[in-house]
Parts: sequence; structure tokens; C-alpha cells
Amino acid sequence: MSVIPAARPPHAAQPSGSAFILKKALISALVALVLFSLMIGVRTEAGPQGGLIYWTRFGDLAAIVAVVFGGSIIVELLRRWWGPVDKDRIVPKPVQSAMSFTGRLLAPALLVFTFLVPVIFYDQRYILDLSILVLTYVMLGWGLNVVVGLAGLLDLGYVAFYAVGAYSYGLLAQSGLPFPTVSLSYPFLSVDFLHLGPWAFWVLLPVSGILAAFWGVLLGFPVLRLRGDYLAIVTLAFGEIIRLVIINWQSLTGGPNGVSGIPRPTLFGIPLDNSDSGLAARLGIEFSPTHRIVFLFYIILAMALLTNWVTIRLRRLPLGRAWEALREDEVACRALGINVTTTKLTAFATGAMFGGFAGAFFATRQGFISPESFTFQESALVLAIVVLGGMGSQLGVALAALAMIGGFELFRGLEQYRMLVFGLAMVLLMIWRPRGLIGHRAPTVYLKQAQAISSDLVKEGHG
Amino acid sequence: MSADRIDDRINNKIINDKILAVDHLSMRFGGIVAVNDLSFEAGKRRITALIGPNGAGKTTVFNCITGFYKPTGGTMRLTHEGAAEIALERLNDFRISKQAKIARTFQNIRLFPGMTALENLMVAQHNALMLASGLTFLGLIGAPSWRTAEKRAIDLATFWLTRIGLLDRADDAAGNLPYGDQRRLEIARAMCTEPALLCLDEPAAGLNTRESAALSELLLSIRAEQGTSILLIEHDMSVVMEISDHVVVMDYGVKIAEGSPEQVRNDPKVIAAYLGADEQEAIAVMESGT
Repeated sequence: MSVIPAARPPHAAQPSGSAFILKKALISALVALVLFSLMIGVRTEAGPQGGLIYWTRFGDLAAIVAVVFGGSIIVELLRRWWGPVDKDRIVPKPVQSAMSFTGRLLAPALLVFTFLVPVIFYDQRYILDLSILVLTYVMLGWGLNVVVGLAGLLDLGYVAFYAVGAYSYGLLAQSGLPFPTVSLSYPFLSVDFLHLGPWAFWVLLPVSGILAAFWGVLLGFPVLRLRGDYLAIVTLAFGEIIRLVIINWQSLTGGPNGVSGIPRPTLFGIPLDNSDSGLAARLGIEFSPTHRIVFLFYIILAMALLTNWVTIRLRRLPLGRAWEALREDEVACRALGINVTTTKLTAFATGAMFGGFAGAFFATRQGFISPESFTFQESALVLAIVVLGGMGSQLGVALAALAMIGGFELFRGLEQYRMLVFGLAMVLLMIWRPRGLIGHRAPTVYLKQAQAISSDLVKEGHG
Repeated sequence: MSADRIDDRINNKIINDKILAVDHLSMRFGGIVAVNDLSFEAGKRRITALIGPNGAGKTTVFNCITGFYKPTGGTMRLTHEGAAEIALERLNDFRISKQAKIARTFQNIRLFPGMTALENLMVAQHNALMLASGLTFLGLIGAPSWRTAEKRAIDLATFWLTRIGLLDRADDAAGNLPYGDQRRLEIARAMCTEPALLCLDEPAAGLNTRESAALSELLLSIRAEQGTSILLIEHDMSVVMEISDHVVVMDYGVKIAEGSPEQVRNDPKVIAAYLGADEQEAIAVMESGT
């Protein structure tokens, strides 16, 4: 039993020469051949009689193997050119400083550009719709960032709060806002419904947020003792429970048929439609459906920026600092007299509230909601945005949302290869930036100079 | 035993002026008795050391006092200046620090490594700042009262950073600081909660001679200037003997000796516990030595 590991000097010079590069490329090509021979080399399909028919695509296979072979050589040559790399410094210095320079300008530039999107792309309905979608996910990402990025609580059921917000708005807008009336005669307490008319969205938006936050607290209470994987599983289950309740409580939610005819938002009570009292008629301009889209765009932009502003503000307050401290070390927090329970609950509630706002917006934009919109995939997508963006980084989350949602649409032309490209991009990103696009943490308070803190030191949280 | 009682009477002043009284404290984990019927007192504005060989149950006592464990039996009473006694065993978790004003440090340093030294000290002032920020709402709108409170908190943090000589590194991540600095930062963080009793779990562990001398100085100055009572666990006898007013020796979960550093140093039971010999042998060793 004397297994001695092969002796290898710690800083052995890499075997050099073209022989090594060729050998490496050959091995890569071989692996690619084995991997893709069944995936691409042979294609099977159910035949017309139900039998299995197949045909071969050896040409494609050969092309892919050749690409891997060539790619391997290029990657190896690039590595040589960059010289020895260690863990901290994969990107060369000048590139890094250029990146940090653009990084400082990136956020304001992006913001200005976002404000101008409806002006630039006024005629392109598709781009406007897409940017609204991206902004919705930016907002969801920023909301989940409070829970996952700052407090370090892994939440796989974030879509539940999105659903609660959407259904709160959808259902309350149709029934009107209930308020109890107390009277001296039987039945003493009755519930009246206040119909909100054109103001439905603006009144019910905060209500949806509050209801979602309430559900966040409800979820938070039982799961506070759980950490890490266990917390993730329970939040995942919570997300599914909400969806199943929505599907099965037909009398309230309409079940799989969903809720339709959800009122659109109005501009201070003025609807944006082609009626005589609509905005276009009042301003005396020609009606165009794009007005509403632009209006929706600025609503979600304002909501997302509000989320961002509140989060940035909260980080500098004792509550936000306690969230981050909780992510770093829960035991130390308790020793410092921080109530861990309420701190976690506020993180859950704050994140859920932003999710609820986004849900209400989603409902008013679509005009129709059904349980299909609130599957686990949505949770996973939002979580991927947060993780990819760099946990805790606001700019990173926005960029990740843009890349995930926008990029996904960008590759629509590639059809079936879209997922492949997407997966490849994620793998590459995780190799180069394992802690997300923006992996460092900015301190919330400083005496002389704020220095970014390397991601090596920042904890991910244990639940 | 009789020597202990006489010593108690001599040190009557300490006993009357106590901040913490631990009475018949027991802690069992299943069948294992970690602390068995332990009683001792910590004097106000005094440095009390809890020493003993590894596995004697010192850290368990600390965890009971600071609310991380619920003791199986016994009481722990904390007396603040001019206030009623607080039964620590009835408070749990974070309330020990918040209400009883007991702060602690850990044997293995538990700073927030990804936060700067200054942020670490700001987190320590959480409860005071939380009130000042109107449970976040006043802070969110940037009320002037919150701004002044925040400034005061930064001033307190700066004061402690100056005190431990880390002002230059205030904006560095705590995880990037050298080991000795981290130890001192943890003490400063505990002091930022403005405690009445400071519990230090092996503050000199891993420090070199110069650093532990500086630590002794820091602890003495904390006692003198802030008037904080200190309870410490320590293996470094030079620190214990230099700064302690009162020493409690534990072994196998029970108290085996108590008294001034001199008395404890010459107690055969203590020497026996540390050398792993029995009492008769230890006496023999001492007699042959003197």
C-alpha cells in the first residue's frame, strides 16, 4: 500500500514544442470524436411506421472534430503568447486596466443608453418589447440579489413572489380592493369592494409588493433554521406549491385558464388607448399602440431603478450591512447582538417585495396571466442572472440579465444550437470569472479610499 | 479548600463588587459532562482568567455565558452598575450581547473577512445604529438624525482603530490583515458593542512575545479607561500572570483552584493538572524544586 504520487516539481516548466501542442490537440480531437459521434454523427428519428430510422452525418462530425483540433492548437498558442498565468491574473495588465476604465464609465453609459432606447428604436416594436423583458429580469435579478447576493440565502423559489405579485394585481384589479365595513346591525362586518377604475395599477402596485413581502415572511419563518442545500430545497418546494395552488384553486385563480382582461396602467388616470378620453386624443396626436409600449418601458425602468436605489441605499444602512455580515459569518453576528431571525426575514421580505412589484408589472403588461409563466425555469433563470452577474454586484446583475435574455434572443437564428452556444458561453464565463462578471465587492463605508475587495475573501453564504 | 475560603474573605471586595456570578453551572452533552457544578465570580472592573488544560471545559463555560449553549443546570447572574440582576440562562442568543452587554471573541477568529476593518466595527454597532436609522426607514430617506448617528459610529470605529493601531488599514478587507492584527480587530469589534463584560477566548493564541505583550497592554488599558470587566481564557501563562486579578482553574469540567495569580501558580492541584501527574507527585516535584 505504498502509493507514492508521481513526483512533480511545483513549478515544472511546461513541456514545450510543437509535439506537445499536437499531442494535446489530438487528445482533444479524440475526446470530441467520441462525444459527438453519437450526438452529431448519427441522427435518429421516429419513422412513419413508428420504427426508428437513422442517418449518418459524418461530414458534420468531421468538421466539428477538425474545429476542436484547430481550436486546441490556437488556445495552446494563445496561452504561450500570454506567458505563465496564475490564478489571479489571467487577463494581461493593459487589458485589465482598460477594462477597469470602461467599467467606471459603463454604468452611466448604459443608463443613458437605456433612457434613449425608446427614442432610438421607436419604430422597432420587437426591440422595445425585448428591452421591456430585459428590464423586467434586471429588476427580478436586483430583487433576488438582496436575498442571494447580500444575505447569502440561496432561494430557488423566487418565482413564487413574482406569481404572488402578478396574481395579486390581476385578481384585485378585477374584484376591486376589498375593505371591511363595520355596522351595528347583522352581519356587523361586511366586505365592500372599492373599484379603482383607471387608478387600478398605481394603487395595486404597492399592494402587490406588500402581499408578496408578506408571503416572503411566511416562507421565511419556517425555513430560517435551514441552511445551504436544505434552504434551497425548501424554497424550491415553496415555489412549486404556489404554482400548484394557483393551478388547482380554480374558483379564485381560474386554474390553468389564468386571469385575463387585466387593466392596463394609466398616466395619472388617463388611459393610453384610442378612445376619445385617451392620451392621444387629448394631446391631439395620432394614436399609436407604440405609445403604450414606450410608457410601459419607462414604468419598468423607473421600477428597476427604484429597486437599485433602495438596494444601494440599504447596503449603507445597518440593515444591509447586517445582511452582508450574515453572509460572512452568522455566529459572529449573533455574538454581536444582531437578531439573525429578523435580519433574515427582512432580506426575504425585501427581495419578495421587489419580486411582487415585478409580478404586478408583468400582469399589467401581458394583460393575461396563467400558471405557465411561473415555472421553476423562471426561478432558475433569475438565479442564474444573479450568480452570473457576480453575487452582490448591481451592475453585474444588470449586465447578466442583458446577456442572458438579450443574448438568448440574439441567437434565436441559430435555432437548435442556441442552447449549445448558451451553455458554452456559461462554461467559459465560469472558467474565466468563477465569481460572476463583477466578482469584487465594494465597501459600504470608508475613511480614506474605497478599495474593491477581492472575491477570494468574500463569502458566498451558507444559507 | 479552607485556603480558598480564607482567600475569599480576604478578597471580599471583589466578591461584593461582582459583575458576573456563575453558580453551580453544569453542561452535559448526552452522557458527557463538559462542565460540572462550576461556581465562580468575576469582579467588576477586574480581569478574571479562566485557565486549565485542553478539554477542561473552558470554552463550554464561555458558550454558556454568551448564550451559544443553554446550560443543563445552574445559574449565571450578571449585575450592571445600579441595575437589577440579569439571569443569563434565561436570555438567549443575540440578547446576551444586546441586553446583558456581554461581548465575546472567538478562539478561531471570526471576523467578517470580506468586509473592511471599518465595516467590521460598524456592524458591531448594529443595534445602536438600527435605532438611529429608525429601523431603516429614517435612514432610507437620509434623515439628518441618521447622518449624525452614522458619523458618531464612524468616530467610535476610528477611535478603536487608532487604539489598536490599525487606522492606516481601516479600508482594507479584514481577511487581508495579518493574524495578529485580526486578533486585535476582533477585540476592537467586541468593544464597539460597548460591553460591560468582555469575554476573550484565547486572545493571545498564535501571537509572538512582542504581540502578546502589546495585547496585555491593550487589555489593561481597556479595563482602566473603559472600565470594562474582562473574562478571559488563556493558555499563555505570561499574559495570565501579568494581567489577571483573579484566576479560576478548571480541569475535567470542575473548578480545582481559584485565587490570585500567585496563589494559583503555587497550588499543587493546578500543577498536577497541568503536568498530568497526581497531587502527591506534584507536591513532591514542588518540594524538590524549591
